[in-house]
Amino acid sequence: MLEIENLHVRYGAIHALRGVSLEVRSGEIAALIGANGAGKSTLLKAVSGLIRPSEGRMRFAGTQELGRLASCELVRQGISMVPEGRAIFSNLTVIENLEVGAYLRRDSEVKKDREWIWELFPRLRDRQRQSAATLSGGEQQMLAIGRALMSRPRLLLLDEPSLGLAPLMVQTIFRTIRQINGKGASILLVEQNAHMALQVAHRGYVLQTGEMVLSGTGPELMETEQVKRFYLGEA
Amino acid sequence: MESFLQQILQGLKLGGIYALIALGYTMVYGVLRLINFAHGDVFMLGAMLSIYFARWTGFGNQPSWLGLGATLLFAMAVCGAIGGVIERVAYRPLRNAPRLSLLIAAIGVSLLIENVGQLRQVFGPTPQPFPALIQTKTVAQWGSLTVSNVEILVLLVALGLMAGLHVFVHHTRFGLAMRAVAHDHQTAGLMGIPAGKVIFGTFVLGSALAGAAGVLWGLSYPVINPMTGFVPGIKAFVAAVLGGVGSIPGALLGGFLIGEAESLTAFYLSSTYKDAIAFVILILVLLARPTGLLGRKEVEKV
Amino acid sequence: MKVFWQNNMALLVVLLVVAAAGFGFQRHLDPYYYKILVDVGIAIILVVSLNLINGITGQFSLGHAGFMAVGAYASAALSVLAAGPWLNGLALGGAQKMVVEFVALGVIVIVGGVAAALAGFVVGMPALRLRGDYLAIATLGFGEIIRIVFQNTEQLGGARGISIPPPRSDFTGVYVCAVLCVAFIWRLVHSVKGKSFFAIREDEFAAATVGIDTTKYKVIAFVLGSFFAGVAGALFAHSATGYITPAQFDAVKSIELVVMVVLGGLGSISGSIIAAAALTLLPEILRGFAEYRLVVYSLLLVLVMLTRPQGLMGMKEIKLPWHRQPYQHKPVA
Repeated sequence: MLEIENLHVRYGAIHALRGVSLEVRSGEIAALIGANGAGKSTLLKAVSGLIRPSEGRMRFAGTQELGRLASCELVRQGISMVPEGRAIFSNLTVIENLEVGAYLRRDSEVKKDREWIWELFPRLRDRQRQSAATLSGGEQQMLAIGRALMSRPRLLLLDEPSLGLAPLMVQTIFRTIRQINGKGASILLVEQNAHMALQVAHRGYVLQTGEMVLSGTGPELMETEQVKRFYLGEA
Repeated sequence: MESFLQQILQGLKLGGIYALIALGYTMVYGVLRLINFAHGDVFMLGAMLSIYFARWTGFGNQPSWLGLGATLLFAMAVCGAIGGVIERVAYRPLRNAPRLSLLIAAIGVSLLIENVGQLRQVFGPTPQPFPALIQTKTVAQWGSLTVSNVEILVLLVALGLMAGLHVFVHHTRFGLAMRAVAHDHQTAGLMGIPAGKVIFGTFVLGSALAGAAGVLWGLSYPVINPMTGFVPGIKAFVAAVLGGVGSIPGALLGGFLIGEAESLTAFYLSSTYKDAIAFVILILVLLARPTGLLGRKEVEKV
Repeated sequence: MKVFWQNNMALLVVLLVVAAAGFGFQRHLDPYYYKILVDVGIAIILVVSLNLINGITGQFSLGHAGFMAVGAYASAALSVLAAGPWLNGLALGGAQKMVVEFVALGVIVIVGGVAAALAGFVVGMPALRLRGDYLAIATLGFGEIIRIVFQNTEQLGGARGISIPPPRSDFTGVYVCAVLCVAFIWRLVHSVKGKSFFAIREDEFAAATVGIDTTKYKVIAFVLGSFFAGVAGALFAHSATGYITPAQFDAVKSIELVVMVVLGGLGSISGSIIAAAALTLLPEILRGFAEYRLVVYSLLLVLVMLTRPQGLMGMKEIKLPWHRQPYQHKPVA
C-alpha cells in the first residue's frame, strides 16, 4: 500500500532522516517506534506532503508518487491523517468536525459512515452538537480518528494516538485501531508507546536518530534484546 | 429625548455600515491573521466606482429601486474582484513570510490605492458627489424625530447582508471550510481543504461586503474622495477588535457600538472628538480585554 | 579620561565638522537647499529612532508622528510662553546672540524630547503588552488621539496651528542632534546589553527564557525612540517656517516614517539614514512629478516586501573605518 525507499529529509543543516525505507502492506498495521527526536513525525510529515524530502521515493498504492503532492491532494488519493496532538477544530461542533473530514466527499453514504463513527465511539454521538472544545482529551482523540475515517481512507496515518491519554483510554483507542483495520484500512502507526503499538502491529520498525535500525513482525521485534531494553523498559 | 433618539438612529445607520466593513476585517483576520489595511480602501473604491457606474448607466439621474439594486450588485462584484486580485498579487506570495512583512505589504497596498486614486487621471483629489440613487423621503415622524427611508434602507441592507453571511458561513461547505482554515491551516489541508482557495474566497467575500458598505456610505454621506476609506476603515477595524477579531457576531456588535459611541460623542461632546472616541475605545479594549467582547481566547502558537 | 577621549574623539570631530559646515552653509548655500538639508536631518532623527522600536527591537509602532507632535507642541509652548519673550527682552546681537540662541535651542529641544519620552512611557507601559499587529493599531490609535487632543487645545492654536518665535533650528542645531541621536542609538544597540534588543526582535519568548527582562527593554526602546521623536518634533517646530498645525502629525506621517524604516532595512541604522535622506530628497528631485511621489512610495513599499522583505539594507550596516569590532548580529537561519 505504501512503500518508502531511501528517504532523506533535511532541515537546513540538520539531516533528520537518513535513508529510511519502510513498507505498509495492504490490510496491515505497521508500527513505527522510536524515541523523541528520532524522526518519526518527520517521516509522517514527509508522507503527508507537509515537508519536502530531499531524496528518496514514496509510492502509494503501487503507482502514485508522493512527495510532490500538496497535502490537500492526499485525501483524494485515499490517505488520511490523525495529526499529533489531535488538532481537532475546537471552534466547530463535533458533527462539524466530521463534516470537515468528509469535505471532499459528495456521495450519499456520508451519513452511513457517520453512523459507523457513532458506533465506534458512542460517546461522540451523545455530544455531537457540542463544541469540540468541550471534549476530554480521550474524546478529542476519538474525534480526530473519526474525522480521519470520514474520508474513507485506504491508508490511515496515526501520529502518537496514545500521547497524553489515561491508560484505560489508550486501550480503548488501540482496540478501535484494530477494529478499523478489521474493516480493511491499512494503518501506519507512529508511537512512543512501543508496548501497545507492537502488540497490535503486523509489522514494526524502529527508528533511531534518523535511521531505521530494526524491522520485523510485531512479535519478532518484541523479542529482540534492543527493543526490550530500550523501548519496553525490561531489564 | 427626541434628539437623543435621533442620535441613536444616526448611530444605528453608521454602525450598520461599520459592521459590514468590520466583517471583512474579521473574516480575513480569521483565515490569515492579517489586518488587511487595504480593506478600508476597497470600501472607498466601492463608493467611488459606484459614482462612475451610476453616471455611465444613467441610474444617477433617475432615482429608482432598480438603479439602487444594480449599483449595489455592481459594487459588490467589482470590489470582490479587486479584493481577490489584491490577495493574489500582494499577499499570496508572502504566505510563508513573517507576519510583519504581510502587514507592511497591506499598508503599501492601502497607500497605493489612495495615492493612485488621487491622481488627476484617475479620480482626482477633489471630492465627488454621490448620486441620489433613491429619493430621500421622511417615512415616519414623532415630534422632532424623523426617520428617513435612507436610514431604514441602509439598516435593512446591512442587516440582510449580515444575515446572509451568517447562513453562508454556518450552512455551506465553503463556510465550513472557512471556519476550519481559520482554526488551523495545516490540519484543514490534511482534511483535503485547499487553504489557498479558501483564503482567496474569503477576500472576495469580505471585499464584496465592503463594496456594498461603500454604496450605503455614499447614500448617507454623499461626498466621496480617494481618502474616504481611511478613517471609516480604521474605525471598522476598531469595531472588529471591540467585538473580538475573528468573531462574526462580534463584528456586528462592535460596529453598532462604535456607531452609537461616535454619534453620541458628536452630539453631546464635540464633533471634533468623534474621531477620537473610536480610538479611545480601541485602547481600552486592547488593554482590558484584548480578545474583545465576543472573541475566544487564542493561545499564541510559538 | 584618556579612555573617554579615545572613545569619543571621532564623535567630537564629526560634531566640529558639522558646526563648521553649518556656519559655512548658512552664509553660502542657497536657502532652498539649506532648508532641504535641514529637513533631511530631522528625517534622519525620526527614522533612526523609529528603527530602534520597529526594526531593532522588532515592535511595530505606527504612532511615531504622535510623539513627534508631543515634542513639537511642548517646545512650542515653552518658546511661546517663556523662551521667546525672554530672548526678545535680552536684545542681544552678533556672536553673543548666536551662542545664546544655540543654548536656548538646546534647552527647548531637550524639553521637547523629555515631554515625548514621558508620553512614550505612559503609552508604552500598557501598549507594549500587545504584540505585532495589535501594537501597530494601538499605537496608531494613540497617535491619532494625541493629534486630536492638540486639535482641540485652543491655547495651542487648535486646528489652525500655532506660530513659534525664534530661536530657529539651523543646520548646526539639527545635525548636532542627528549625530548625537545616531551615535547614541548605535552605541546602545552595539553594547553588551544591547544584544537584548535584537534577541527580543528574533524571539521574544526565547529572550525571556534566557533571563532578558523583555518588558524593560521594550519600554526602554519605546521611551528612547519617543524621546528622539520629540527632539525631532521640537526641531521641526522651530525650523524656518516657524508654524505647526496638528494635521502635520497625522497617521499618514507615521506611515511615511514606517515606509522609510522598512525601505532602509528593519534593524539597519545606516539603512535608515540612507532611506531618510533619499526619500526626503526624492520629492524635491521629482518636483515636476509631485503628485506621483506618494504613488512611487507606496509602490516601492509593496515591491520591496515582495522581492526583498528585509529592506534594501537588511540588517547590514555600512561601517565607518574607525569602528572597532562592533557587535555583529547574525540573524538566525
